Amino acid sequence: MARIEVHKDHCKGCGLCIDICPVNVIETSKEINNLGYHPAQYKGEGCTGCTLCFYTCPEPDAIVVYRKD
Amino acid sequence: MAQLKDVLKKPSSFYDEFLRKPDNYQQDTHYCPGCGHGILHKLIAEAIEDFGIKDRTIMISPVGCSVFVYYYFDTGNFQVAHGRAPAVATGIKRTHPDAIVISYQGDGDLAAIGGNNILQAANRGENITVFFVNNAIYGMTGGQMAPTTLLGQKTMTSPYGRKATWEGYPMKVSELLSTLEAPAYVERIALTNGKNLMKARKAVRKAIQAQIDGKGFSLVETLSMCPSAWRMTPVDAKKWVEEAMMKTFPLGVYKDVLDEREVGSWHRALETVPIEKYHEILGLAHEGMEVEGDVESVPKIFRNPKVLIAGFGGQGILLLGQTLAETGMRHGWNSTWIPSYGPEMRGGTANCHVKISSDPIGSPVVSEPNILIAMNKPSLERFEKDLAPGGLLIYNTSMIDIKPTRTDIEILPLPATEMADEIGSLRVANMVIIGAVLEKTKILQKDVVLDSLNAVVKHKKFIPMNSDAINKGMEYARNYKG
Repeated sequence: MARIEVHKDHCKGCGLCIDICPVNVIETSKEINNLGYHPAQYKGEGCTGCTLCFYTCPEPDAIVVYRKD
Repeated sequence: MAQLKDVLKKPSSFYDEFLRKPDNYQQDTHYCPGCGHGILHKLIAEAIEDFGIKDRTIMISPVGCSVFVYYYFDTGNFQVAHGRAPAVATGIKRTHPDAIVISYQGDGDLAAIGGNNILQAANRGENITVFFVNNAIYGMTGGQMAPTTLLGQKTMTSPYGRKATWEGYPMKVSELLSTLEAPAYVERIALTNGKNLMKARKAVRKAIQAQIDGKGFSLVETLSMCPSAWRMTPVDAKKWVEEAMMKTFPLGVYKDVLDEREVGSWHRALETVPIEKYHEILGLAHEGMEVEGDVESVPKIFRNPKVLIAGFGGQGILLLGQTLAETGMRHGWNSTWIPSYGPEMRGGTANCHVKISSDPIGSPVVSEPNILIAMNKPSLERFEKDLAPGGLLIYNTSMIDIKPTRTDIEILPLPATEMADEIGSLRVANMVIIGAVLEKTKILQKDVVLDSLNAVVKHKKFIPMNSDAINKGMEYARNYKG
């Protein structure tokens, strides 16, 4: 099962991952993070491991994609 | 297309922590939310990691928002003057042909102030990779019009929208460079939807691979979002790239001759020249180089001459310095000569600095001369105060109607111009001076000076007259009673 991990304190809440996700499994958190943004969060299931959120994310360490586990 | 890894995480070619960032947020970039720079950084970092070239990659940071590229990439880094990245990249690549040199530049940097730099580097076919980030605006400085600003686009400096008849058309860099013969690979990409991102990933890797393979110049133009300066949300900015920018700047491969080029065909191996070849190449190799100077008989202050020579342009100031430096070299010492060019060449005050030393010379600049040669009045007025105590001042009384004021120096007034006139040409006044220097300092030998003249004087017919002038200068200095 593929999944993603969002490192919430490195996310600037730009929303590009949410926009690009073909299966809509990423959403905006209500929480405010260390940087002062509402970070993205994984809904918890449904990730296909397509990797697009990783490549569209401008921050080096905000999203990790596990394609096969 | 390179295979995707099982786990996609921060590439190891980024630093673990961005310690150069001044605040406490040393895991994050300084870029605004949704900025295209971060996306392109990640694609480049991933390629560097996958190709295993981190230890031989040198990133060139430009001026613009991406000025801090060196905060992030755990590679060699240079941050260079505005627009000059291709020139610096050229220097690095030519001297370190095995390094992977990546120039990262924005549109203000590459297409405006650095326009000629990129054109020349591309035309030379430098074996470098250029990532050109086009966001149609000056982002860092607050959103002014750039060369790539679209027609009709409102910016801080085109508040009514860019008009072709007023500000010209958006500059199409990929199209422009692809008309040149030398570039190997030019492609325009965008960082928008999944399809374009995957094309971008492929282009980034292809451009770096082109350099690794020694196939010459590659450039990837990236249409990139600047949500802050465009005053848009990141998602709207992405749409604007697709709906507006891509109409003016169509994506695609503009040049690709990689398959036609052999591996290594544009790799420029560094040609090293053995040191003994230098003199031969410079046309200076002939007997006389090995002469040893007799330093013991020379007054201590003149053992390492630091000479400042000043006068009008046309008085042979530069040749005088060149001759002294060449003579020092032929004695087997180190010597340096630097001229001061400028409007002085048109009749103002010219000067040059000469150092001769048995030790290595750190800087060629003479700030406290121990020998000052003043050929005209302004030179004496300007430089007398700089002479080291106990130093030698030779001044040309034919042109200077004032007297030096210092009492802690040795002074030789010499009517060099008049003596030269008697010898037959005003132009040998400088040689009269050399004669006086030889006589006073004893450090340089006359026959070595004559040897040097053969190397530095273009018209050999003047050599006898020069020789005569040197003798007259020596004689005058010998007989002068202060």
